[in-house]
Amino acid sequence: MSVNPGYELSVRGQPASRKAKFAKTVRKLIGQRYLQVMALLGVAWMAIFNYIPMYSVIIAFKEFDIVHSVGEAPWVGLAHFREFLDDDELPGVIWNTVGMSLIKLAIGFPLPIIFALFLNELRSLRLKKAVQTISYLPHFLSWVILGGILTTWLADIGIVNKLLMALGFIHEPISYLAEPSYFWSIVISSDIWKELGWSAIIYLAAIAGVSPEMYEAATIDGAGRFQKMRFVTLPSIRGTITILFILAVSGLLNSNFDQILVLRNSLNESASNVIDVYVYQTGIISSRYSYSAAVGLIKSIIALLLLLMANSVSKKLNDTSLF
Amino acid sequence: MFTLRRKTAGEAIFDAANVAGMLLICFVTIYPIWYVLVNAFNEGQDAMRGGIYWWPRVPSLDSFQAVFANPGIMTAMGITVSKTLAGTAAHVFFTAMVAYAFSRRDLIGRKGYMLIGTVTMFFSGGLIPSYLLVRDLHLLDNFLVYIIPAMFNFFDLIIFLAFFREIPAGLEEAAKIDGANDFSIFVRVVIPVSMPVIATIALFHGVYQWNDYFTGMIYINDMDLQPIQTFLYRVIAQSSSNLMMAAMPGGITKSVTSQSIKLATMVVTTLPIVLAYPFLQKYFVKGLMIGSIKG
Repeated sequence: MSVNPGYELSVRGQPASRKAKFAKTVRKLIGQRYLQVMALLGVAWMAIFNYIPMYSVIIAFKEFDIVHSVGEAPWVGLAHFREFLDDDELPGVIWNTVGMSLIKLAIGFPLPIIFALFLNELRSLRLKKAVQTISYLPHFLSWVILGGILTTWLADIGIVNKLLMALGFIHEPISYLAEPSYFWSIVISSDIWKELGWSAIIYLAAIAGVSPEMYEAATIDGAGRFQKMRFVTLPSIRGTITILFILAVSGLLNSNFDQILVLRNSLNESASNVIDVYVYQTGIISSRYSYSAAVGLIKSIIALLLLLMANSVSKKLNDTSLF
Repeated sequence: MFTLRRKTAGEAIFDAANVAGMLLICFVTIYPIWYVLVNAFNEGQDAMRGGIYWWPRVPSLDSFQAVFANPGIMTAMGITVSKTLAGTAAHVFFTAMVAYAFSRRDLIGRKGYMLIGTVTMFFSGGLIPSYLLVRDLHLLDNFLVYIIPAMFNFFDLIIFLAFFREIPAGLEEAAKIDGANDFSIFVRVVIPVSMPVIATIALFHGVYQWNDYFTGMIYINDMDLQPIQTFLYRVIAQSSSNLMMAAMPGGITKSVTSQSIKLATMVVTTLPIVLAYPFLQKYFVKGLMIGSIKG
């Protein structure tokens, strides 16, 4: 009987305003229909080329073959994961992947920092520019071309063998790419050769942001060039170093696939079989899709864990983190 | 006084050593490329003896002639050129278009769209699911496999986004008052003022398209559709040197070897990158910086 006016008002008012709001949104949507189509085309592309593959990863838990679709294939649980753990090739694959990455991290990570520090100390701006220009160039060459250069250099009549023989270190030519024992060194040094200058760019940019007053203050305090590098420049770029280090650690299971595919062959297989090659071999070459997807999935999960771990460690140690 | 003088001497030594070290790095960087170059310009049979380090011993263009006379190499070159041009145009236009839509603050659903994109930077299905997708889309042995799956990239979108946000709103509004729709604003107003960022992304993607051999290796079996990098990959990594000597016109065969044709092909393949290098140099640092600050 007694109607609460406030209640009535809100009942009458709410749908009306909601409707109005909805109508406004629809009008706005119609108004920006071109913009929406432009955005949705991008979303559709990502749905197909990013999200469908993400969904298809479930074949790692299925027995997928060409007859069935991804949805229809029968579930097999963790069978493929167990098979991988039991595979005789596993220890070698892990050893090659992690071993090469760790050496790369130990040598290839600090070198660009050192290079950037010393480049920054060059007095002649023109020379600095010239060195930068030259050192970036190899980054833009493909690994196929670099593979061609390496095979030429390391051939029996190549410059490396000729030089070592002339110096009397060896008496007959060595087929470096046919020997597993040389493979890691070839991979690591050629990677450094290609990326040294390019990797230094980001540090050079960070160094450029260091205030000149800090250097002036250090000069007044009597600091020499090495001391300025050590106590002014290096601490100033610590944040950049940390972030790149986190990324490098999370990539420990990534080999440079482009590079390894070019340099590997059946003779150096025992040193060149890394996870990425293994996934490629079992999946694309032998068509064991489910098994190969399972191996790939293990790798992505470990990479994600490594990223989170490196991130939280660096957060605790020096307050810099990626997220 | 005394300390000051000693420091200067120390500094002089430091500077000299530093310059020497940098020059050494430059030499180590350039020389391997130079070595390939002088060997490619040397007569093939003679180069087999080795020992050509600084200058061709028997200068000859025969290997290059053989490269340009080899139909397999020329077809592969044509594929590389067309995939680079078409792929770069498609990538830049499509990614920029989506980025422009995402950059507009009035876009309804913008936050959701951005989230959908951000997820793609952290998770991916990996090699096998991508392969299955390409197969299901009937892109195996199809030229479009070079274009469509490479048409969009969220990292590049972020670089575009950072640039588009700096465009003064007044420019777009003026066009809107003239009755232009959002797509024609993008084409007629946004693209012309965004040339620096477009050049940056185009050069980066162009280099990727030019250098990519992996796509051709796993998705293409038809030899007439493989790019030059895949062709060279097959020659170098799988030592299929017979590809090089195939269909060789009789006249030149005597002086060239599969090795010398390989080197000449490498030179021809790398030349466009070297020619584009000054432009790359101009734009890439800028692009890298935008990406690293905003991304």
